[in-house]
Amino acid sequence: MAKRKIKSVAPSSPGKGNRKQSANAGSNGQSNKSLRVQKTYKLYIGGKFPRTESGRVFKLRNKNGELLANICQGSRKDFRAAVVAARNAQSGWAARSAYNRGQIIYRIAEIMEARKAQFVEELVLMGYSMRNAEAEVSTSIDRIVHYAGWADKYQQIFSSVNPVASSHFNFSVLEPTGVVSIYAPTNNGLIGLISTIMPVITGGNTCIVLASQSFPISAIGFAEVLHTSDVPGGVINILTGKGAELLTHFSTHKDVNAMIYCGDSKSDVTAIQRNSTENLKRIVLYRENDWMLPASQGPYRISDVQEVKTTWHPVA
Amino acid sequence: MNIDTKSKLNFNTTWSYAPALESQDHIQINKKYGHFIGGKFVAPAKGKYFKTINPATGKAIANIADGDQSDVNKAVRAARQAYQKYWSKTTGAERGKYIYRIARMIQERAREFAVIESLDGGKPIRESKTIDIPLAAAHFFYYAGWADKLEYAFPNRTPEPLGVAGQIIPWNFPLLMAAWKIAPALAAGNTVVLKPAETTPLTALKLAELIQDADLPPGVVNIVTGDGKAGEALVNNSDIDKIAFTGSTEVGKLIQQSVAGTNKKVTLELGGKAANIIFEDAPIDQAVEGIINGIYLNQGHVCCAGSRLFIQESVANIVIQKLKDWMETLIVGDPLDKNTDVGAINSKNQLKIINNYIEIGKNEGAHYYESSCALPDNGGYWCRPSLFTNTSQSSRIVQEEIFGPVLTVQTFRTVEEVIKKANNTPYGLSAGVWTDKGSKIFKMTTGLNAGVIWANTYNKFDPTSPFGGYKESGFGREGGLHGLADYLKFV
Amino acid sequence: MPPTTEIKSPTIDKVGIHERAARLMSRSIKKDSKMMALKLALNMIDLTTLEGADTIGKVKQLCNKAIHLHGNHPGLPHVAAVCVYPTLVRTAREALKGTEIRVAAVATAFPSGQAPSEVKIADTKFAVGEGAHEVDMVISRGKFLQGEYNFVFDEIAAVKEASGEAHLKVILETGELGTYDQVRKASDIAMHAGADFIKTSTGKISPAATPQVTLVMLEAIRDFYYLTNKVIGMKPAGGIRKAKQAIQYLVMLRETLGETWLTKDYFRFGASSLANDILMQIIKQETGVYQSADYFSFD
Repeated sequence: MAKRKIKSVAPSSPGKGNRKQSANAGSNGQSNKSLRVQKTYKLYIGGKFPRTESGRVFKLRNKNGELLANICQGSRKDFRAAVVAARNAQSGWAARSAYNRGQIIYRIAEIMEARKAQFVEELVLMGYSMRNAEAEVSTSIDRIVHYAGWADKYQQIFSSVNPVASSHFNFSVLEPTGVVSIYAPTNNGLIGLISTIMPVITGGNTCIVLASQSFPISAIGFAEVLHTSDVPGGVINILTGKGAELLTHFSTHKDVNAMIYCGDSKSDVTAIQRNSTENLKRIVLYRENDWMLPASQGPYRISDVQEVKTTWHPVA
Repeated sequence: MNIDTKSKLNFNTTWSYAPALESQDHIQINKKYGHFIGGKFVAPAKGKYFKTINPATGKAIANIADGDQSDVNKAVRAARQAYQKYWSKTTGAERGKYIYRIARMIQERAREFAVIESLDGGKPIRESKTIDIPLAAAHFFYYAGWADKLEYAFPNRTPEPLGVAGQIIPWNFPLLMAAWKIAPALAAGNTVVLKPAETTPLTALKLAELIQDADLPPGVVNIVTGDGKAGEALVNNSDIDKIAFTGSTEVGKLIQQSVAGTNKKVTLELGGKAANIIFEDAPIDQAVEGIINGIYLNQGHVCCAGSRLFIQESVANIVIQKLKDWMETLIVGDPLDKNTDVGAINSKNQLKIINNYIEIGKNEGAHYYESSCALPDNGGYWCRPSLFTNTSQSSRIVQEEIFGPVLTVQTFRTVEEVIKKANNTPYGLSAGVWTDKGSKIFKMTTGLNAGVIWANTYNKFDPTSPFGGYKESGFGREGGLHGLADYLKFV
Repeated sequence: MPPTTEIKSPTIDKVGIHERAARLMSRSIKKDSKMMALKLALNMIDLTTLEGADTIGKVKQLCNKAIHLHGNHPGLPHVAAVCVYPTLVRTAREALKGTEIRVAAVATAFPSGQAPSEVKIADTKFAVGEGAHEVDMVISRGKFLQGEYNFVFDEIAAVKEASGEAHLKVILETGELGTYDQVRKASDIAMHAGADFIKTSTGKISPAATPQVTLVMLEAIRDFYYLTNKVIGMKPAGGIRKAKQAIQYLVMLRETLGETWLTKDYFRFGASSLANDILMQIIKQETGVYQSADYFSFD
């Protein structure tokens, strides 16, 4: 079997003379080609693609002001439904063997690799240079592979057998904290999304992610990848919408165990930290600007959303 | 509980199982195989071949290159080149991706590998399909993930590869042993020369074909087939940085002698004579199943086999009775029959060794019992599952490794007594403990001198779980985080 | 009969049971051994209807199916029994007159068993009086889970006495007992108290019969046999719809207990739709063609 080759498709440029452009691969808008079917972008909740229950959308435009897509403006009710889905999926996801989770995560990478061209084009459509888009998609895929390999290993480096002074066998293990809400980085379309989601699910948690408001399209493409790989519905739920509107619910909902915030607003951080006291939500802040660097991946991102459980048993 | 001999169960039933043979249509075995050196199959230097035999029929399957010193030297040169030119310059992440390819392709071609494994080695297709092949794939998958994470595995140390590893593997789990050796070596950044066992080279050679398909840089993995002289040449080659050997204690000691005074690192995984210990408060039926798994599956060709059964005296009779009844349900037969429990003994030679020990046992005064199953009558190498009672600690059959489906039985009274008896052996690979009481489990694991202890289970393997022995069962660990250390040096 | 404190039940390792069951379920039963198993399984079925909505008409139809499984197809064994509520035993006996097919009745406030002992005894006597050959009783799970093992034991013994000549099957309702240790304990109590058969479930809750819980009960029967030389029968009930499952249960039976138990006298399937699936498989074995449900009367 030869090296897997990726079929590259010529990137689309915003059609000359077309007022409305859907953010799809392919045509250059010439009138003698068949008319492109424009894509409807939905949310991804519980393994399904519903529209937002609020019926609202916001317009995503390219730098020339041309319309790229109508993006669902997710509501607090969508978030509520997503939390239910995430909670329902969590115990089953955590109960799978680490090996199984690792295989499933690796398969996400397999599927994404095959659809590399689509992701590159979508980033370009949203304003990336071709070079940056390709680099970001490659790094994203490699990062997924990286976390696939952590699934059955982080336990080995973070757990311990503790030599207590009494005649007991004493061991500490990590367990997933449960349901995690994620406010993804806003300054990029894909790498921030991948970098926040992957360590969370590698460790057996489930999550609800708010995609970048400025670069939301890749998130829905990613949802499609998840849907066609073996990730059970509800493990990753993806919402698009306005951060200002949803931040309160992401940080107050009492059935969410932890929140990851990647924005840069001090007032937001203060608000989140205050809100987290509702249920003693664990707050994780990631402040980097450049998510492409190796420093943005690693096992500590997994342990950031894990609890430590210690068990004693007599030796007699 | 006293067993009334009237209460014997009858497993010789009117309803029996028709043959359910696994299909062979889809597999491909060449008539002749060369060595796999520098990414290609090459003829042996002296042009000599030997036959690999199907132990279920005694018939030849294929011609295999007979490796000698010049073949080995060529392979080591290819490995060294590949290390210097490619592999040491490949990032961990890239190494990992290559190894992931191998894992996934084994999964894709699992069925073909399983059938060939059973044909070449004699183990039942059910074991090849459900244990050997999936575990081999899992091993590659696990270590693929370590390749770019070595910096986390050893606090305050910077790990580096050793260079070229020479690896010699046995015939009892051929593909799995190849995976146990190759996967961590590659993940750690080494290149390898592997010498599969003389009687089971085929799945290693199929793995070589798969490695070509995965586009691994040529020379990263090399395979030289042959017998003891190829292994010896590999051990003595001056450009090898590390030797990893799994096999008999006898040969392990020879290897250790050979490398004395050189700078070669060595790990050895050798023989065992594991104690499988049943307490009165054990879940008895599951324990009996565990005894069976421990000694009769894979024909007893398992270094960590539970070959010395210790039963707490108060339940000795019932356990032995249940064991004998259970043995009657074991089907000895064609390895390719999906219902076979016990396949063919791996070689004529091994069958001779086993039968010899059975004679020794009888001559020592032990009481011999074998199951009454039929044996195929077709030129293959067959042995019924058996056990010896009325044995003693000093019997040769209790002291020495038989490596066949033969169990010795002893009794004990207390925890202290059985720990002493279990440890009273130069071996120390594994042990089994069966009891419902948690504190007793931990007491036993604290006291037993063995590298792997199974509590309320037996013969369980996982790529994340380190495996290896104490004392003369060898040193070094394979599997898990600990399995990485032996393929690295620390600067 | 020993007080329950003298009945020693061993601990059961769940992981070990699941592994043993998985190995047994991986047996590949083909060709003539498959045909033999299919016919044996068919012969072991207790064709069952236990609905609140059961009527005379429903039961007559069921008995008709029991007698004529598939038209005039030669070589088909008949089912072992039909299983109905006590109020319909008379109808069943009438409909099955002249055949060897037995009539089993559920009794003792089936399925919950939440009734005073007097009611349960009366229920049993009524069923037997109506002509039931076999009685399927339920144990008091509430009492069992309260630890009142002597009560459970005495109740079974009393129902056994009330059953007279009829065979007694004791339903443990394994899905409510929690652990395999509990299932083992309940099995042992039932056998010591006089059960002729131990049975997994009422079929009214989930989980009903599973291969794993069946294995636990077969091993209990084996130990009882070693102890007393008595042969106790076993009946998994509920959730067994496919011929393949039935064959897996037979493999488990064969390799745990052996020849003596491989007969309807000591093993039954509590099922209804299983019969048609077995018939489809039998015809497929004979003709080589996959069948459709359209060609088999559903009741």
